[in-house]
Amino acid sequence: MNVLVRLFGSSVGKKLVMAATGLVLVLFVLGHMIGNLQVFLGPEALNRYAAFLQSNREVLWAVRLVLLTCVGLHVWSALKLSSENRAARPLDYDGRPAPAAATYASRTMLMSGLIVAAFILYHLLHYTVRVEAINFTGKSFLDLKEAAPGGGERHDVFKMVILGFRQPLVSLFYLVGVGLLCLHLSHGLRAMFQSLGLLTHKCGPLIARAAPVVAWILFLGYVSIPLAVLLGFGKEVLH
Amino acid sequence: MKVRLKVWRQPGPNAAGGFETYDTPELNPNMSFLEMLDVVNDELTRRGNAPIAFAHDCREGICGTCGLTVNGRPHGPGQGTATCQLYMRNFEDGATITIEPFRARPFPVLQDLIVDRAAFDRIMQKGGFVSVRTGAPQDANALPVAKPAAELAMDAAQCIGCGACVAACKNASAMLFVSAKVSHLGLLPQGQPERYRRVAAMVRAMDGEGFGNCTVTGSCEAVCPKNINLAFIARLNRDYAVALLKGE
Repeated sequence: MNVLVRLFGSSVGKKLVMAATGLVLVLFVLGHMIGNLQVFLGPEALNRYAAFLQSNREVLWAVRLVLLTCVGLHVWSALKLSSENRAARPLDYDGRPAPAAATYASRTMLMSGLIVAAFILYHLLHYTVRVEAINFTGKSFLDLKEAAPGGGERHDVFKMVILGFRQPLVSLFYLVGVGLLCLHLSHGLRAMFQSLGLLTHKCGPLIARAAPVVAWILFLGYVSIPLAVLLGFGKEVLH
Repeated sequence: MKVRLKVWRQPGPNAAGGFETYDTPELNPNMSFLEMLDVVNDELTRRGNAPIAFAHDCREGICGTCGLTVNGRPHGPGQGTATCQLYMRNFEDGATITIEPFRARPFPVLQDLIVDRAAFDRIMQKGGFVSVRTGAPQDANALPVAKPAAELAMDAAQCIGCGACVAACKNASAMLFVSAKVSHLGLLPQGQPERYRRVAAMVRAMDGEGFGNCTVTGSCEAVCPKNINLAFIARLNRDYAVALLKGE
């Protein structure tokens, strides 16, 4: 009990919560990108993978609940910490100078994080709940089915991705969302190692340099899909 | 050379403050920043005005008493230097220089540019010490300390407690200061018995004073007159996590 009070009640404890949930979420972001990139292996690979993810509802919901809890705790600690931070400096310096040595990403974590949260909500409604009104194609993604190789039918995720990203506005929002996510991670990854206490004098400079590189890899991996679709990738499945 | 100063003036802790502008008399570019303020204060006193109050003591960068925010940057534009080690040759002739006190809720302004940093003393009282039986001095080298630990402990021990880390941080966080104090003692054998009790008590005291939280922007490290490394905060976090698990 005392541990929980200290974890959620102290400054360093809340940073630990923030970093630990961030670690879970960043691992998901990495896995999700690798999974998504199977779109380039063609419809069979992606649809089989999607059917596999959906095959065990208990595991699926357990993972979803863990991720949702992490998002909730991450946002809660962010809001709590930032309100404390604002209270600690009631009067700013003349002309609000930029803090020494602080990168743009490090100064805008709350803003980038909240916009990413809004994007995630849209993304879930778009491709997971598949709300027809927000996909701007005039078609319901729920109706996209194909015959499964083992009999029965399965969701045609490949066609959904091609249809979805052929809408330029949707792809643009995706680009902005993923861009801000990677800006968030270019600082967040390093801060995560710092807050978890995993960073040392020796590996600190390496982690500081590697974080933006990893963020760029994630960005390029994610945006390659809508860009390829906008350039015509996979349009043959629509006929 | 001459410069124009835009200085924060505040008669007392509860009085309203504001900026006043002063043109300095002719200055020697090799004057320190504090000597320049002495010259300006001489002039103000001669004219019957109240001199600008600012804190200073050793004027050689080892006491941590001086601390001004010069053009929005604590201790001014230097790297690894305190305000007393800043020289007028670092500024252009005719420049306007803004001078403000360190800004943080736990550092209330006492007068003009002087802030009350007793919050740091109260944090130190909670764990910035080792409890030892006093007696005759111990033999030198009776307690072996590994070279890497000794080096790192000395790096942390360089902290002079000036408060520039708090003043520079956009969150007014004191974590660089606390991490330096926790690491300095926590790396040495004398500090081991109280290592985790110390970190828990000092973090609790830090939170109680109303400092903000670290967001790893690195501003503290950039302005620190003793170049205390940001990695000490990771060390603080690590020790705090262990303290949590140990129930300290």
